[in-house]
Amino acid sequence: MALQSLDILRRSATTTPPPGVRKGVEVAKLIDVSACIGCKACQVACSEWNDIRAEVGSCVGVYDNPTDLSAQAWTVMRFAEHEEKDRLEWLIRKDGCMHCADPGCLKSCPSPGAIIQYANGIVDFHQENCIGCGYCVTGCPFNVPRISKEDSKAYKCSLCSDRVAVGQEPACVKTCPTGAIQFGSKEDMKDYAAERVADLKRRGYEQAGLYDPQGVGGTHVMYVLHHSDRPELYSGLPANPSISPLVSLWKGFAKPLATLALAGVALGSLFHYVTKGPNEVSKEIEDEIEAEDKEGTK
Amino acid sequence: MIRDPKDLKRYNASERANHWVVGISFILLALSGLAFFHPAFFPLTQLFGGPVWARILHPYVGVLMALAFLVIFLRFKHLNRMTAADREWLAKARNMVDGNDHDMPEQGKYNGGQKVMFWVLALCMLLMTLSGVAIWRAWFGFDITVVRLGAVVHAAAGAVMIAMIMVHVYAAIWVKGTIRAMWYGTVTRAWAKQHHRGWYRQMTGK
Ligand code: HEM
Ligand code: SF4
Repeated sequence: MALQSLDILRRSATTTPPPGVRKGVEVAKLIDVSACIGCKACQVACSEWNDIRAEVGSCVGVYDNPTDLSAQAWTVMRFAEHEEKDRLEWLIRKDGCMHCADPGCLKSCPSPGAIIQYANGIVDFHQENCIGCGYCVTGCPFNVPRISKEDSKAYKCSLCSDRVAVGQEPACVKTCPTGAIQFGSKEDMKDYAAERVADLKRRGYEQAGLYDPQGVGGTHVMYVLHHSDRPELYSGLPANPSISPLVSLWKGFAKPLATLALAGVALGSLFHYVTKGPNEVSKEIEDEIEAEDKEGTK
Repeated sequence: MIRDPKDLKRYNASERANHWVVGISFILLALSGLAFFHPAFFPLTQLFGGPVWARILHPYVGVLMALAFLVIFLRFKHLNRMTAADREWLAKARNMVDGNDHDMPEQGKYNGGQKVMFWVLALCMLLMTLSGVAIWRAWFGFDITVVRLGAVVHAAAGAVMIAMIMVHVYAAIWVKGTIRAMWYGTVTRAWAKQHHRGWYRQMTGK
Protein backbone atom coordinates (compact mmCIF):
# COMPACT_ATOMS: atom_id res chain seq x y z
CA MET A 1 0.00 0.00 0.00
CA ALA A 2 1.14 3.45 -0.74
CA LEU A 3 0.42 7.11 -0.55
CA GLN A 4 -1.27 8.53 -3.62
CA SER A 5 0.75 11.73 -3.56
CA LEU A 6 3.83 10.60 -5.46
CA ASP A 7 4.04 11.30 -9.15
CA ILE A 8 3.29 8.47 -11.49
CA LEU A 9 5.46 7.24 -14.34
CA ARG A 10 3.55 4.09 -15.30
CA ARG A 11 0.28 2.45 -14.30
CA SER A 12 -0.57 -1.19 -15.03
CA ALA A 13 -3.08 -2.00 -17.80
CA THR A 14 -3.43 1.65 -18.72
CA THR A 15 -2.97 2.85 -22.29
CA THR A 16 -3.27 6.62 -21.73
CA PRO A 17 -0.58 8.84 -20.15
CA PRO A 18 -0.45 8.94 -16.33
CA PRO A 19 -0.27 12.26 -14.46
CA GLY A 20 3.32 13.37 -14.94
CA VAL A 21 3.90 17.11 -14.92
CA ARG A 22 6.54 16.86 -12.22
CA LYS A 23 9.75 14.99 -12.78
CA GLY A 24 10.89 13.51 -9.48
CA VAL A 25 14.44 12.63 -8.55
CA GLU A 26 15.14 8.92 -9.02
CA VAL A 27 15.87 7.27 -5.70
CA ALA A 28 17.73 4.05 -4.94
CA LYS A 29 18.54 1.74 -2.08
CA LEU A 30 22.09 0.46 -2.06
CA ILE A 31 22.79 -2.84 -0.30
CA ASP A 32 26.48 -3.32 0.39
CA VAL A 33 26.71 -7.08 0.72
CA SER A 34 30.32 -6.82 1.90
CA ALA A 35 29.23 -4.82 4.95
CA CYS A 36 26.24 -6.98 5.91
CA ILE A 37 26.61 -9.11 9.05
CA GLY A 38 23.33 -11.03 8.57
CA CYS A 39 21.72 -9.77 11.77
CA LYS A 40 18.30 -9.49 10.11
CA ALA A 41 17.51 -6.20 11.83
CA CYS A 42 16.23 -5.03 8.44
CA GLN A 43 13.87 -8.01 8.23
CA VAL A 44 12.46 -7.12 11.62
CA ALA A 45 12.20 -3.42 10.79
CA CYS A 46 10.31 -4.28 7.62
CA SER A 47 7.92 -6.46 9.55
CA GLU A 48 7.46 -3.74 12.19
CA TRP A 49 6.92 -0.78 9.89
CA ASN A 50 4.64 -2.60 7.46
CA ASP A 51 2.92 -4.41 10.32
CA ILE A 52 3.20 -7.87 8.79
CA ARG A 53 4.16 -11.00 10.71
CA ALA A 54 5.46 -14.07 8.95
CA GLU A 55 4.72 -17.32 10.73
CA VAL A 56 7.48 -18.35 13.13
CA GLY A 57 9.16 -21.16 11.20
CA SER A 58 11.56 -23.83 12.29
CA CYS A 59 15.30 -24.10 11.80
CA VAL A 60 16.12 -25.85 8.56
CA GLY A 61 19.84 -26.14 9.29
CA VAL A 62 20.86 -22.77 7.89
CA TYR A 63 20.28 -19.23 9.07
CA ASP A 64 17.60 -18.50 6.48
CA ASN A 65 14.35 -17.83 8.34
CA PRO A 66 11.80 -17.36 6.92
CA THR A 67 13.25 -19.47 4.13
CA ASP A 68 11.49 -17.54 1.38
CA LEU A 69 9.70 -14.32 0.60
CA SER A 70 5.99 -14.42 1.36
CA ALA A 71 2.97 -12.16 1.60
CA GLN A 72 4.11 -11.46 5.20
CA ALA A 73 7.87 -11.36 4.53
CA TRP A 74 8.80 -8.76 1.94
CA THR A 75 12.52 -9.10 2.52
CA VAL A 76 14.58 -12.12 3.64
CA MET A 77 18.28 -12.64 4.20
CA ARG A 78 19.76 -15.44 2.13
CA PHE A 79 22.94 -17.04 3.42
CA ALA A 80 25.33 -18.76 1.00
CA GLU A 81 28.58 -20.51 1.93
CA HIS A 82 31.24 -20.17 -0.72
CA GLU A 83 34.80 -21.43 -0.72
CA GLU A 84 37.43 -19.47 -2.56
CA LYS A 85 41.22 -19.69 -2.32
CA ASP A 86 40.89 -21.99 0.70
CA ARG A 87 38.79 -19.46 2.51
CA LEU A 88 35.16 -19.75 3.47
CA GLU A 89 33.09 -16.75 2.46
CA TRP A 90 29.69 -16.20 3.92
CA LEU A 91 27.76 -14.36 1.24
CA ILE A 92 24.66 -12.84 2.80
CA ARG A 93 22.18 -11.17 0.50
CA LYS A 94 19.09 -9.25 1.49
CA ASP A 95 16.54 -10.40 -1.07
CA GLY A 96 13.43 -8.49 -2.09
CA CYS A 97 11.97 -6.39 -4.88
CA MET A 98 14.59 -4.71 -7.06
CA HIS A 99 12.27 -1.91 -8.22
CA CYS A 100 13.24 -2.35 -11.86
CA ALA A 101 13.16 0.63 -14.21
CA ASP A 102 11.43 -1.71 -16.67
CA PRO A 103 9.26 -3.81 -14.32
CA GLY A 104 8.07 -7.17 -15.69
CA CYS A 105 5.33 -7.29 -13.04
CA LEU A 106 3.77 -4.02 -14.19
CA LYS A 107 4.03 -5.03 -17.83
CA SER A 108 2.16 -8.27 -17.12
CA CYS A 109 -0.56 -7.00 -14.78
CA PRO A 110 -4.04 -6.98 -16.41
CA SER A 111 -5.73 -4.85 -13.74
CA PRO A 112 -5.66 -1.06 -14.18
CA GLY A 113 -3.85 0.64 -11.31
CA ALA A 114 -2.89 -2.49 -9.38
CA ILE A 115 0.80 -1.74 -10.00
CA ILE A 116 2.17 1.77 -10.07
CA GLN A 117 5.66 2.95 -10.92
CA TYR A 118 6.30 6.32 -9.35
CA ALA A 119 8.42 9.02 -10.95
CA ASN A 120 11.08 8.38 -8.28
CA GLY A 121 11.40 4.78 -9.51
CA ILE A 122 9.50 2.94 -6.78
CA VAL A 123 7.29 0.11 -8.09
CA ASP A 124 4.33 -0.33 -5.79
CA PHE A 125 1.44 -2.77 -5.60
CA HIS A 126 -2.00 -1.34 -4.81
CA GLN A 127 -3.77 -4.32 -3.33
CA GLU A 128 -7.21 -2.72 -3.54
CA ASN A 129 -6.98 -3.04 -7.34
CA CYS A 130 -5.30 -6.46 -7.34
CA ILE A 131 -7.45 -9.29 -8.75
CA GLY A 132 -5.15 -12.12 -7.67
CA CYS A 133 -4.36 -13.60 -11.11
CA GLY A 134 -0.62 -13.89 -10.39
CA TYR A 135 0.46 -12.43 -13.73
CA CYS A 136 3.04 -10.26 -11.85
CA VAL A 137 4.70 -13.46 -10.64
CA THR A 138 4.83 -14.67 -14.24
CA GLY A 139 6.40 -11.39 -15.37
CA CYS A 140 9.00 -10.78 -12.63
CA PRO A 141 12.58 -11.74 -13.59
CA PHE A 142 13.57 -11.90 -9.90
CA ASN A 143 10.77 -14.15 -8.58
CA VAL A 144 9.66 -11.56 -6.04
CA PRO A 145 5.86 -11.08 -5.82
CA ARG A 146 3.90 -13.50 -3.64
CA ILE A 147 0.16 -14.16 -3.69
CA SER A 148 -1.32 -14.38 -0.20
CA LYS A 149 -3.04 -17.66 0.61
CA GLU A 150 -5.58 -15.79 2.77
CA ASP A 151 -6.75 -12.98 0.51
CA SER A 152 -5.30 -13.83 -2.94
CA LYS A 153 -3.63 -10.43 -3.29
CA ALA A 154 -0.05 -9.91 -4.46
CA TYR A 155 2.48 -8.50 -2.00
CA LYS A 156 6.09 -7.40 -2.11
CA CYS A 157 8.51 -4.72 -0.85
CA SER A 158 7.11 -1.22 -1.40
CA LEU A 159 10.49 0.42 -0.79
CA CYS A 160 8.49 2.03 2.02
CA SER A 161 6.86 4.32 -0.51
CA ASP A 162 4.79 5.77 2.34
CA ARG A 163 7.94 6.80 4.24
CA VAL A 164 9.78 8.00 1.15
CA ALA A 165 6.78 10.14 0.17
CA VAL A 166 7.25 12.17 3.37
CA GLY A 167 11.00 12.44 3.08
CA GLN A 168 12.09 9.48 5.18
CA GLU A 169 14.30 6.57 4.26
CA PRO A 170 12.90 3.00 4.12
CA ALA A 171 12.60 1.21 7.49
CA CYS A 172 15.36 -1.31 6.69
CA VAL A 173 17.80 1.50 5.88
CA LYS A 174 16.98 3.31 9.09
CA THR A 175 17.63 0.18 11.15
CA CYS A 176 20.78 -1.34 9.62
CA PRO A 177 23.45 -1.19 12.39
CA THR A 178 26.45 -1.42 10.04
CA GLY A 179 25.35 1.05 7.40
CA ALA A 180 25.23 -1.72 4.84
CA ILE A 181 21.94 -0.34 3.49
CA GLN A 182 22.03 3.20 2.17
CA PHE A 183 19.29 5.28 0.59
CA GLY A 184 19.33 8.46 -1.50
CA SER A 185 19.16 9.66 -5.06
CA LYS A 186 20.21 7.04 -7.57
CA GLU A 187 23.12 9.26 -8.65
CA ASP A 188 24.40 9.63 -5.08
CA MET A 189 24.06 5.90 -4.49
CA LYS A 190 26.14 5.16 -7.57
CA ASP A 191 28.85 7.55 -6.38
CA TYR A 192 28.82 5.99 -2.93
CA ALA A 193 28.96 2.51 -4.49
CA ALA A 194 32.00 3.53 -6.56
CA GLU A 195 33.86 4.40 -3.35
CA ARG A 196 32.91 1.08 -1.78
CA VAL A 197 33.96 -0.84 -4.90
CA ALA A 198 37.32 0.95 -4.99
CA ASP A 199 37.85 0.06 -1.35
CA LEU A 200 37.01 -3.61 -1.93
CA LYS A 201 39.37 -3.73 -4.90
CA ARG A 202 42.13 -2.32 -2.75
CA ARG A 203 41.46 -5.13 -0.29
CA GLY A 204 41.91 -7.81 -2.93
CA TYR A 205 38.44 -8.27 -4.36
CA GLU A 206 39.37 -7.54 -7.94
CA GLN A 207 35.96 -8.40 -9.29
CA ALA A 208 34.09 -6.16 -6.87
CA GLY A 209 31.39 -4.09 -8.56
CA LEU A 210 27.93 -2.58 -8.59
CA TYR A 211 24.87 -4.67 -9.47
CA ASP A 212 22.50 -2.41 -11.41
CA PRO A 213 21.38 -4.76 -14.21
CA GLN A 214 20.73 -2.96 -17.47
CA GLY A 215 18.59 -5.79 -18.86
CA VAL A 216 15.71 -4.40 -16.78
CA GLY A 217 16.73 -0.79 -17.43
CA GLY A 218 18.69 -0.64 -14.14
CA THR A 219 17.13 -1.11 -10.71
CA HIS A 220 16.26 1.12 -7.78
CA VAL A 221 17.66 -1.43 -5.37
CA MET A 222 21.33 -2.05 -6.13
CA TYR A 223 23.97 -4.28 -4.61
CA VAL A 224 27.68 -3.86 -4.04
CA LEU A 225 29.09 -7.35 -4.62
CA HIS A 226 32.61 -8.65 -3.95
CA HIS A 227 32.18 -11.03 -6.89
CA SER A 228 30.19 -8.95 -9.32
CA ASP A 229 31.39 -11.22 -12.14
CA ARG A 230 29.46 -14.11 -10.54
CA PRO A 231 26.24 -12.76 -9.00
CA GLU A 232 24.80 -16.30 -8.96
CA LEU A 233 27.03 -17.03 -5.96
CA TYR A 234 24.72 -14.85 -3.90
CA SER A 235 21.88 -17.39 -3.58
CA GLY A 236 21.12 -17.30 -7.29
CA LEU A 237 21.05 -13.58 -8.06
CA PRO A 238 20.62 -13.62 -11.86
CA ALA A 239 23.64 -12.47 -13.90
CA ASN A 240 21.72 -10.88 -16.76
CA PRO A 241 18.13 -10.48 -15.68
CA SER A 242 15.63 -9.24 -18.23
CA ILE A 243 11.95 -9.65 -18.91
CA SER A 244 11.55 -13.14 -20.40
CA PRO A 245 11.07 -13.16 -24.21
CA LEU A 246 7.94 -15.24 -23.59
CA VAL A 247 6.52 -12.46 -21.42
CA SER A 248 7.40 -9.85 -24.06
CA LEU A 249 5.70 -11.97 -26.69
CA TRP A 250 2.64 -12.40 -24.48
CA LYS A 251 2.36 -8.72 -23.59
CA GLY A 252 3.86 -7.21 -26.74
CA PHE A 253 2.62 -5.80 -30.03
CA ALA A 254 0.67 -8.97 -30.95
CA LYS A 255 -2.13 -8.22 -28.49
CA PRO A 256 -3.30 -4.90 -29.92
CA LEU A 257 -3.03 -6.48 -33.38
CA ALA A 258 -5.11 -9.49 -32.29
CA THR A 259 -7.66 -7.09 -30.78
CA LEU A 260 -7.91 -5.28 -34.11
CA ALA A 261 -8.15 -8.60 -35.96
CA LEU A 262 -11.09 -9.68 -33.76
CA ALA A 263 -12.84 -6.37 -34.42
CA GLY A 264 -12.09 -6.96 -38.13
CA VAL A 265 -13.75 -10.38 -38.09
CA ALA A 266 -16.84 -9.01 -36.34
CA LEU A 267 -17.18 -6.04 -38.69
CA GLY A 268 -16.23 -8.16 -41.71
CA SER A 269 -19.13 -10.52 -40.94
CA LEU A 270 -21.55 -7.63 -40.58
CA PHE A 271 -20.50 -6.09 -43.90
CA HIS A 272 -20.54 -9.47 -45.60
CA TYR A 273 -24.19 -9.79 -44.64
CA VAL A 274 -24.97 -6.25 -45.72
CA THR A 275 -23.19 -6.51 -49.09
CA LYS A 276 -23.84 -10.14 -50.12
CA GLY A 277 -27.15 -10.69 -48.39
CA PRO A 278 -28.31 -13.82 -46.60
CA ASN A 279 -27.85 -17.29 -48.03
CA GLU A 280 -31.50 -18.35 -48.39
CA VAL A 281 -32.90 -21.69 -49.42
CA SER A 282 -33.68 -21.20 -53.12
CA LYS A 283 -37.27 -21.06 -54.32
CA GLU A 284 -36.34 -23.56 -57.00
CA ILE A 285 -35.42 -26.30 -54.52
CA GLU A 286 -38.45 -25.56 -52.36
CA ASP A 287 -40.65 -25.98 -55.45
CA GLU A 288 -38.91 -29.26 -56.32
CA ILE A 289 -39.68 -30.65 -52.87
CA GLU A 290 -43.26 -29.43 -53.05
CA ALA A 291 -43.70 -31.11 -56.45
CA GLU A 292 -42.29 -34.38 -55.08
CA ASP A 293 -44.76 -34.23 -52.17
CA LYS A 294 -47.69 -33.66 -54.55
CA GLU A 295 -46.54 -36.62 -56.62
CA GLY A 296 -46.41 -38.74 -53.49
CA THR A 297 -49.98 -37.92 -52.44
CA LYS A 298 -51.45 -38.63 -55.89
CA MET B 1 -47.52 -28.01 -33.54
CA ILE B 2 -44.92 -29.25 -36.03
CA ARG B 3 -45.25 -27.29 -39.26
CA ASP B 4 -43.98 -30.06 -41.48
CA PRO B 5 -43.58 -33.58 -40.12
CA LYS B 6 -41.27 -34.34 -43.01
CA ASP B 7 -38.61 -31.96 -41.66
CA LEU B 8 -35.33 -33.77 -41.16
CA LYS B 9 -33.97 -34.43 -37.69
CA ARG B 10 -30.43 -33.10 -37.48
CA TYR B 11 -29.73 -33.13 -33.71
CA ASN B 12 -31.42 -34.87 -30.80
CA ALA B 13 -32.22 -33.07 -27.55
CA SER B 14 -29.15 -34.28 -25.73
CA GLU B 15 -26.84 -33.15 -28.53
CA ARG B 16 -28.49 -29.74 -28.55
CA ALA B 17 -28.22 -29.34 -24.79
CA ASN B 18 -24.59 -30.41 -24.96
CA HIS B 19 -23.89 -27.79 -27.62
CA TRP B 20 -25.61 -25.06 -25.60
CA VAL B 21 -23.54 -25.86 -22.52
CA VAL B 22 -20.39 -25.50 -24.61
CA GLY B 23 -21.72 -22.35 -26.30
CA ILE B 24 -22.78 -20.56 -23.14
CA SER B 25 -19.60 -21.41 -21.29
CA PHE B 26 -17.55 -20.34 -24.31
CA ILE B 27 -19.19 -16.92 -24.37
CA LEU B 28 -18.63 -16.49 -20.63
CA LEU B 29 -15.00 -17.56 -21.08
CA ALA B 30 -14.42 -15.28 -24.03
CA LEU B 31 -15.89 -12.25 -22.25
CA SER B 32 -14.03 -12.82 -18.99
CA GLY B 33 -10.83 -13.89 -20.76
CA LEU B 34 -10.77 -10.85 -23.03
CA ALA B 35 -11.05 -8.67 -19.94
CA PHE B 36 -7.58 -9.86 -18.90
CA PHE B 37 -6.32 -9.99 -22.47
CA HIS B 38 -6.19 -6.25 -23.11
CA PRO B 39 -7.11 -3.18 -21.01
CA ALA B 40 -9.64 -2.15 -23.68
CA PHE B 41 -11.83 -5.07 -22.57
CA PHE B 42 -11.28 -4.76 -18.80
CA PRO B 43 -14.76 -3.23 -18.20
CA LEU B 44 -16.22 -6.63 -19.23
CA THR B 45 -15.30 -7.84 -15.74
CA GLN B 46 -18.38 -5.94 -14.52
CA LEU B 47 -20.54 -8.60 -16.19
CA PHE B 48 -19.20 -11.12 -13.70
CA GLY B 49 -19.63 -9.16 -10.49
CA GLY B 50 -16.31 -7.33 -10.71
CA PRO B 51 -12.72 -8.10 -11.66
CA VAL B 52 -11.94 -10.43 -8.77
CA TRP B 53 -15.02 -12.57 -9.44
CA ALA B 54 -14.17 -12.69 -13.13
CA ARG B 55 -10.70 -13.98 -12.24
CA ILE B 56 -12.09 -16.56 -9.82
CA LEU B 57 -14.92 -17.84 -12.05
CA HIS B 58 -13.19 -18.03 -15.44
CA PRO B 59 -11.16 -21.21 -14.86
CA TYR B 60 -14.07 -23.13 -13.33
CA VAL B 61 -16.25 -22.29 -16.33
CA GLY B 62 -13.28 -23.46 -18.39
CA VAL B 63 -13.33 -26.86 -16.73
CA LEU B 64 -17.08 -27.18 -17.39
CA MET B 65 -16.57 -26.26 -21.04
CA ALA B 66 -13.62 -28.62 -21.46
CA LEU B 67 -15.73 -31.55 -20.21
CA ALA B 68 -18.78 -30.63 -22.30
CA PHE B 69 -16.59 -30.15 -25.37
CA LEU B 70 -14.95 -33.52 -24.87
CA VAL B 71 -18.40 -35.16 -25.02
CA ILE B 72 -19.33 -33.24 -28.20
CA PHE B 73 -15.99 -34.12 -29.71
CA LEU B 74 -16.46 -37.84 -29.11
CA ARG B 75 -20.02 -37.68 -30.44
CA PHE B 76 -19.17 -35.94 -33.69
CA LYS B 77 -15.63 -36.86 -34.60
CA HIS B 78 -16.62 -39.75 -36.88
CA LEU B 79 -18.83 -37.35 -38.89
CA ASN B 80 -15.92 -35.01 -39.48
CA ARG B 81 -13.48 -37.18 -41.42
CA MET B 82 -12.11 -35.27 -44.40
CA THR B 83 -12.90 -36.65 -47.87
CA ALA B 84 -11.93 -35.76 -51.44
CA ALA B 85 -15.25 -33.92 -51.86
CA ASP B 86 -14.39 -31.82 -48.80
CA ARG B 87 -11.07 -30.81 -50.28
CA GLU B 88 -12.80 -29.85 -53.51
CA TRP B 89 -15.33 -27.84 -51.51
CA LEU B 90 -12.51 -26.03 -49.71
CA ALA B 91 -10.81 -25.19 -53.00
CA LYS B 92 -14.05 -23.54 -54.14
CA ALA B 93 -14.86 -21.92 -50.77
CA ARG B 94 -14.36 -18.47 -52.30
CA ASN B 95 -17.46 -18.88 -54.48
CA MET B 96 -19.42 -19.90 -51.42
CA VAL B 97 -18.34 -16.79 -49.51
CA ASP B 98 -19.26 -14.74 -52.56
CA GLY B 99 -22.82 -15.98 -52.13
CA ASN B 100 -22.77 -18.27 -55.15
CA ASP B 101 -23.25 -21.86 -53.98
CA HIS B 102 -24.58 -23.30 -57.24
CA ASP B 103 -21.66 -25.40 -58.34
CA MET B 104 -20.28 -26.44 -54.98
CA PRO B 105 -19.60 -30.18 -54.76
CA GLU B 106 -22.20 -32.31 -52.97
CA GLN B 107 -21.69 -32.37 -49.19
CA GLY B 108 -22.57 -34.88 -46.49
CA LYS B 109 -23.80 -33.87 -43.04
CA TYR B 110 -20.92 -31.40 -42.76
CA ASN B 111 -19.05 -29.50 -45.46
CA GLY B 112 -15.29 -29.12 -45.74
CA GLY B 113 -15.34 -25.75 -44.00
CA GLN B 114 -17.26 -27.10 -41.04
CA LYS B 115 -14.87 -30.02 -40.76
CA VAL B 116 -11.78 -27.81 -40.78
CA MET B 117 -13.48 -25.68 -38.11
CA PHE B 118 -14.19 -28.81 -36.06
CA TRP B 119 -10.57 -29.98 -36.03
CA VAL B 120 -9.04 -26.54 -35.47
CA LEU B 121 -11.45 -25.89 -32.60
CA ALA B 122 -10.64 -29.28 -31.08
CA LEU B 123 -6.93 -28.51 -31.22
CA CYS B 124 -7.45 -25.03 -29.75
CA MET B 125 -9.65 -26.45 -27.02
CA LEU B 126 -6.91 -28.89 -26.05
CA LEU B 127 -4.32 -26.09 -26.00
CA MET B 128 -6.65 -23.81 -24.01
CA THR B 129 -7.29 -26.49 -21.41
CA LEU B 130 -3.64 -27.44 -20.95
CA SER B 131 -2.40 -23.84 -20.89
CA GLY B 132 -5.32 -22.72 -18.73
CA VAL B 133 -4.43 -25.28 -16.10
CA ALA B 134 -0.76 -24.22 -16.35
CA ILE B 135 -1.59 -20.60 -15.46
CA TRP B 136 -4.23 -21.40 -12.81
CA ARG B 137 -2.50 -20.14 -9.68
CA ALA B 138 -5.37 -20.79 -7.31
CA TRP B 139 -4.71 -24.53 -7.56
CA PHE B 140 -1.38 -25.10 -9.27
CA GLY B 141 2.17 -23.80 -9.12
CA PHE B 142 4.02 -25.00 -12.19
CA ASP B 143 7.59 -24.14 -13.11
CA ILE B 144 7.88 -20.50 -14.20
CA THR B 145 8.82 -21.36 -17.80
CA VAL B 146 5.74 -23.58 -18.10
CA VAL B 147 3.56 -20.76 -16.75
CA ARG B 148 5.07 -18.22 -19.17
CA LEU B 149 4.61 -20.56 -22.10
CA GLY B 150 1.08 -21.25 -20.89
CA ALA B 151 0.31 -17.53 -20.85
CA VAL B 152 1.47 -17.11 -24.45
CA VAL B 153 -0.39 -20.20 -25.69
CA HIS B 154 -3.59 -19.36 -23.78
CA ALA B 155 -3.70 -15.81 -25.17
CA ALA B 156 -2.82 -16.84 -28.75
CA ALA B 157 -5.11 -19.88 -28.98
CA GLY B 158 -7.85 -17.87 -27.24
CA ALA B 159 -7.70 -15.13 -29.88
CA VAL B 160 -7.77 -17.70 -32.70
CA MET B 161 -10.73 -19.46 -31.10
CA ILE B 162 -12.77 -16.33 -30.51
CA ALA B 163 -12.28 -15.35 -34.17
CA MET B 164 -13.31 -18.84 -35.33
CA ILE B 165 -16.40 -18.89 -33.16
CA MET B 166 -17.44 -15.50 -34.54
CA VAL B 167 -17.23 -17.04 -38.02
CA HIS B 168 -19.11 -20.14 -36.79
CA VAL B 169 -21.95 -18.05 -35.34
CA TYR B 170 -22.05 -15.76 -38.36
CA ALA B 171 -22.26 -18.72 -40.74
CA ALA B 172 -25.30 -19.95 -38.82
CA ILE B 173 -26.95 -16.54 -39.09
CA TRP B 174 -25.99 -16.10 -42.74
CA VAL B 175 -27.30 -19.47 -43.96
CA LYS B 176 -31.01 -19.06 -43.34
CA GLY B 177 -32.83 -21.97 -41.76
CA THR B 178 -29.76 -23.17 -39.86
CA ILE B 179 -30.25 -21.85 -36.33
CA ARG B 180 -33.43 -23.90 -35.78
CA ALA B 181 -31.19 -26.98 -35.89
CA MET B 182 -29.83 -25.83 -32.53
CA TRP B 183 -33.21 -24.70 -31.14
CA TYR B 184 -35.37 -27.71 -31.87
CA GLY B 185 -33.14 -29.98 -33.89
CA THR B 186 -34.80 -30.09 -37.31
CA VAL B 187 -34.17 -28.52 -40.71
CA THR B 188 -36.36 -28.41 -43.79
CA ARG B 189 -35.75 -30.86 -46.60
CA ALA B 190 -35.14 -27.94 -48.97
CA TRP B 191 -32.41 -26.63 -46.66
CA ALA B 192 -30.76 -30.04 -46.56
CA LYS B 193 -31.03 -30.53 -50.30
CA GLN B 194 -29.41 -27.19 -50.98
CA HIS B 195 -26.60 -27.25 -48.42
CA HIS B 196 -25.91 -30.90 -47.63
CA ARG B 197 -27.24 -32.89 -50.57
CA GLY B 198 -25.34 -36.05 -49.69
CA TRP B 199 -26.91 -36.06 -46.23
CA TYR B 200 -30.31 -35.24 -47.76
CA ARG B 201 -30.08 -38.31 -50.00
CA GLN B 202 -29.00 -40.47 -47.12
CA MET B 203 -31.91 -39.28 -44.96
CA THR B 204 -34.64 -39.42 -47.62
CA GLY B 205 -33.35 -42.20 -49.83
CA LYS B 206 -33.73 -39.92 -52.88
C1 HEM C 1 -10.44 -24.89 -20.78
C2 HEM C 1 -10.25 -24.46 -19.61
C3 HEM C 1 -9.73 -23.10 -19.28
C4 HEM C 1 -9.04 -22.81 -18.14
C5 HEM C 1 -8.68 -23.80 -17.02
C6 HEM C 1 -8.70 -21.42 -18.20
C7 HEM C 1 -7.96 -20.75 -17.22
C8 HEM C 1 -7.54 -19.44 -17.30
C9 HEM C 1 -6.83 -18.76 -16.26
C10 HEM C 1 -6.40 -19.38 -14.94
C11 HEM C 1 -6.61 -17.49 -16.69
C12 HEM C 1 -5.92 -16.39 -15.91
C13 HEM C 1 -6.97 -15.51 -15.31
C14 HEM C 1 -7.66 -16.17 -14.15
O1 HEM C 1 -6.97 -16.63 -13.22
O2 HEM C 1 -8.90 -16.24 -14.18
C15 HEM C 1 -7.15 -17.37 -18.03
C16 HEM C 1 -7.07 -16.25 -18.84
C17 HEM C 1 -7.65 -16.15 -20.10
N1 HEM C 1 -8.50 -17.08 -20.68
FE1 HEM C 1 -8.85 -18.95 -20.00
N2 HEM C 1 -9.19 -20.86 -19.34
C18 HEM C 1 -9.85 -21.85 -20.04
C19 HEM C 1 -10.52 -21.70 -21.25
C20 HEM C 1 -10.57 -20.53 -22.00
C21 HEM C 1 -11.27 -20.37 -23.27
C22 HEM C 1 -12.08 -21.43 -24.00
C23 HEM C 1 -11.04 -19.09 -23.69
C24 HEM C 1 -11.49 -18.42 -24.96
C25 HEM C 1 -12.61 -18.01 -25.20
C26 HEM C 1 -10.22 -18.45 -22.70
C27 HEM C 1 -9.75 -17.18 -22.81
C28 HEM C 1 -8.87 -16.59 -21.94
C29 HEM C 1 -8.21 -15.34 -22.18
C30 HEM C 1 -8.33 -14.47 -23.45
C31 HEM C 1 -7.44 -15.07 -21.04
C32 HEM C 1 -6.54 -13.88 -20.82
C33 HEM C 1 -5.18 -14.23 -21.35
C34 HEM C 1 -4.20 -13.12 -21.16
O3 HEM C 1 -4.24 -12.45 -20.13
O4 HEM C 1 -3.38 -12.92 -22.06
N3 HEM C 1 -9.95 -19.34 -21.67
N4 HEM C 1 -7.73 -18.58 -18.37
S1 SF4 D 1 11.83 -7.15 -9.00
FE1 SF4 D 1 9.95 -8.16 -9.81
S2 SF4 D 1 8.31 -7.30 -8.51
FE2 SF4 D 1 10.10 -5.94 -8.24
S3 SF4 D 1 9.81 -4.32 -9.85
FE3 SF4 D 1 11.13 -5.90 -10.77
S4 SF4 D 1 9.55 -7.19 -11.84
FE4 SF4 D 1 8.40 -6.00 -10.35
